Amino acid sequence: MSDAAEPVTQGNLAERLRSNWDRMFDHARALVALSPREPRRPRYLFYRHTIPVRALHWLNAISMLVMLMSGLQIFNAHPSLYWGNGSDFDHPFVSLTAEGTQDNFHGVTLIGSWKFNTDGWLGASDDNGTKSVRGFPQWATLPAASPNLALGRLWHFAFAWLLVANGLAYFAYVFASGRFKYELLPTKKDFANLPAEIANHLRLRFARGEEAKHYNGIQRMTYFVVIFVLGPLIVLTGLTMSPTMDSAFPFLPWVFGGRQSARTIHFICAFSFVAFFIVHIVMVILSGPWNNLRSMITGRYAIETEKPNG
Amino acid sequence: MAETANRRSFLTRMAAVTGTLALAGCTDLSQQPWVLGILGEVENLTRRAQRLFAGSHALATEYAKADIAPVFRANGTLNPNTNDYNVHVASGFKDWMIEVGGLVEQPRKLSMAELRAMPSRTQITRHDCVEGWSCIGEWTGTPLQLILAMARPKAEARYVIFYCADPMGEASVDASGNIVQPPFYYESLDLLEATHPQTILAYELNGQTLPVEHGAPVRLRAERQLGYKMPKYVRRIELAASFNRVGGGKGGYWEDQGYQWYGGI
Repeated sequence: MSDAAEPVTQGNLAERLRSNWDRMFDHARALVALSPREPRRPRYLFYRHTIPVRALHWLNAISMLVMLMSGLQIFNAHPSLYWGNGSDFDHPFVSLTAEGTQDNFHGVTLIGSWKFNTDGWLGASDDNGTKSVRGFPQWATLPAASPNLALGRLWHFAFAWLLVANGLAYFAYVFASGRFKYELLPTKKDFANLPAEIANHLRLRFARGEEAKHYNGIQRMTYFVVIFVLGPLIVLTGLTMSPTMDSAFPFLPWVFGGRQSARTIHFICAFSFVAFFIVHIVMVILSGPWNNLRSMITGRYAIETEKPNG
Repeated sequence: MAETANRRSFLTRMAAVTGTLALAGCTDLSQQPWVLGILGEVENLTRRAQRLFAGSHALATEYAKADIAPVFRANGTLNPNTNDYNVHVASGFKDWMIEVGGLVEQPRKLSMAELRAMPSRTQITRHDCVEGWSCIGEWTGTPLQLILAMARPKAEARYVIFYCADPMGEASVDASGNIVQPPFYYESLDLLEATHPQTILAYELNGQTLPVEHGAPVRLRAERQLGYKMPKYVRRIELAASFNRVGGGKGGYWEDQGYQWYGGI
């Protein structure tokens, strides 16, 4: 690697990543007590996440994973999405399908009038060496063997209860504790600082010291949207797909523009959650994986200070 | 007391499932009878919660003529194609009889002409398939509650079981060389859903005599349920205290294959 030839930004990124890996390694060494760790700066452990937040976080992680994978299994029973109340089978909005002959086919993804070759991933995928026509691949669905709509539904509707109960408990907790107002509700300042925050995030410059005790603006906005917009939306669009719930609450399909629109929005929400998981996990790793993980397990997050804290 | 104990053991086992999840993976868990047992218990919770909100009389939304799908998708059996059924097709179902029996005071047989002579209901509703798609169509038929009222169910009757004319699959030969006939489609509703005002025995779709692919001469419409709860080619209606002894004992052909008996979600 010739450092001189590298563009400055990539050099910064590499250096930042390297320093993060170093820090991770320091923590790992300290953990197994191979050698005493010499911190770069004095630090102290700050009690960041209370027991309810930690418990609800992990229960949520499990139920979301089961919901996602069983949801993909259910989706595979009819891997097309539509707008409106009924399905216009000739013009799906999205369709995971296969093209070709019985013996020689490949998976394609149709979005509106665009067509993408997604062979092996979407539309057709391997099943112990033989290729099958299938929306999402086996490794992404629960249960793995596809089609198994009946079992996918059993898992989905059981963990839906856990997800909703968990979500309601979390709502109750954050409102009662004031955490909503002080940690989750984006402020005017957050919006004003947004460009600078984005620039800092892109340069992988994360808050240190006292600043790290609170969520930054981007975190507040993201958590607000994910928890208070996507969360209720995915639950309500899910309920809209139930014919009995529609008879009890006829405004549900009306609000979402029809049962098929609700199904499409449900799917878009699910993949917005997937996008959130990916960014969430990448940010956890980049901003100090052990410190973040520890704070979500023991509650304690290391804050770097200039002066040692007694 | 039993409720509390059940709930506690349910919570304990739910916690056990959650813990085992991480270790074993849900795919293997899906093979375990006790896991299926818990998931089944949750299905009962779902049914009770939905009934709490929808009650016995909340109506499914009815749509305008303009919303009717140009082609109503046919699913499941498209033609029973048995000798017996084909004879009825050829004669325009004039000899088709619907038998109403089981736990009733007044068992009887209804011809299609008698069924059509009864008061009818026409409704433009959305058909929701368990697979995920929907289709809007206009159905005309006899409210099932009128037929039940005529037959007068006995006090111990809880379920209405529908026996159909469509065989599910081909005849096969078992290990000892006997020919095994495939089961005929069957389904069941409880009395709450069966007496719902929009639950009808439909003999017309979009103003036309019900086509063979949609269940000629008569199919059930239960508008707050998914498609598999609405049997086609209905020939016998039986009131019963339980469906344990029918078919595989789960209350319907698809239920015997693992689908939920409660089809409101």
